[in-house]
Amino acid sequence: MILALPIQAVPTSPLISTLLLDLALLSLLVIVAFAIVRMRSLFAIVMLQGVFSLVAAAWFVTLDAVDVAFTEAAVGAGVSTVLMLAAILLAQRRTSYVPMKQQWGPLVAVLVAGAALLYAVPDLPAYGDADSPANAYVGTDYLARTAVEVDIPNVVTAVLASYRGYDTFGEVVVIFAAGLGVLLLLGFDGLAGTFRARVMGRRLSDPSAPSGVRKRDAGTEVVPRESDASGEGAT
Amino acid sequence: MNGDPHVLLRVIAKFLIPLIALFAFYVQFHGEYGPGGGFQAGVILSASVILYSLIFGLNAAKRAFPPVLIRIGMSLGVLLYGGTGVLTWIQGGEFLNYSVLAHDAIHGQHWGIIAVELGVFATVTSVMLAIFYAFGSRQPSIEDQDW
Repeated sequence: MILALPIQAVPTSPLISTLLLDLALLSLLVIVAFAIVRMRSLFAIVMLQGVFSLVAAAWFVTLDAVDVAFTEAAVGAGVSTVLMLAAILLAQRRTSYVPMKQQWGPLVAVLVAGAALLYAVPDLPAYGDADSPANAYVGTDYLARTAVEVDIPNVVTAVLASYRGYDTFGEVVVIFAAGLGVLLLLGFDGLAGTFRARVMGRRLSDPSAPSGVRKRDAGTEVVPRESDASGEGAT
Repeated sequence: MNGDPHVLLRVIAKFLIPLIALFAFYVQFHGEYGPGGGFQAGVILSASVILYSLIFGLNAAKRAFPPVLIRIGMSLGVLLYGGTGVLTWIQGGEFLNYSVLAHDAIHGQHWGIIAVELGVFATVTSVMLAIFYAFGSRQPSIEDQDW
């Protein structure tokens, strides 16, 4: 029964220091976003995306959403940065300059979407509003009942694993399906299956999918080892 | 003096990687008391292996965390989660209603949450590493000056 989180104690007007911290972090996010838009080097962009995730994680901490901050720092700043780096290696390192006359369409789309978001802002509940949908209905129910029914201090875990066990099961199956899809397409060595294509009437068949290897020196690194080839790849 | 320009990086990484992995297990088993849970712990553990792979090479990482383990882990996690639900069925409750898992309903909830979080942990760790291995293997390792 350590659960004594007084959610009503959130002050109606947030502390001035918290407000300043929030403003600083949010303006940092905007600055990083503009820097990302204006950059041409994909390597720097990926690094800045990691910075963006890290600042967002810090902001989530000030909002007391520590679980979300955790996930943002680990997935956004950690794993996805590395995956993006791996993706860059298969592509160009720099984007080319896009002339202004090709950017009117995207600009209009962004302006319309931004106007729609601004239009929706007045409908959002105020920060810390006790009557907001997140603090009413089933949320308060979970908070009140976790201490009695599940008796663990972290209500987030109780909601995630017990009250919303179906949802979490679905998420795990989605993650499993994503991993399965990647493995079926690429395999652990990135070379699963037989690659077949029809090029100018000629049928090509190759034991490996085309990858960045062949442009440089043909496979000293990526040749699957004996132990791997027995289970994967050689289907 | 040998020619390894990354000796500092390697030494610091050797010191940090076990701590990161340990922290993942802390997040996993402390998830009922503090922030975190199976998903976060899985991502942190896979991040430690990915860091190892970035510094010591993909083949070393594949020896440390073999792909066979990934194949077993990702399916075992889903089976553990679903199996917990089936077990609650057998015990006479609804699917994933952990209260029937023990004599005391609250203990049953604790057991169920621990089992389910372990399932999430196994699947998330394995899938993150599977995706990284799959994409990371698609290109030759690059030299420093290529950047």
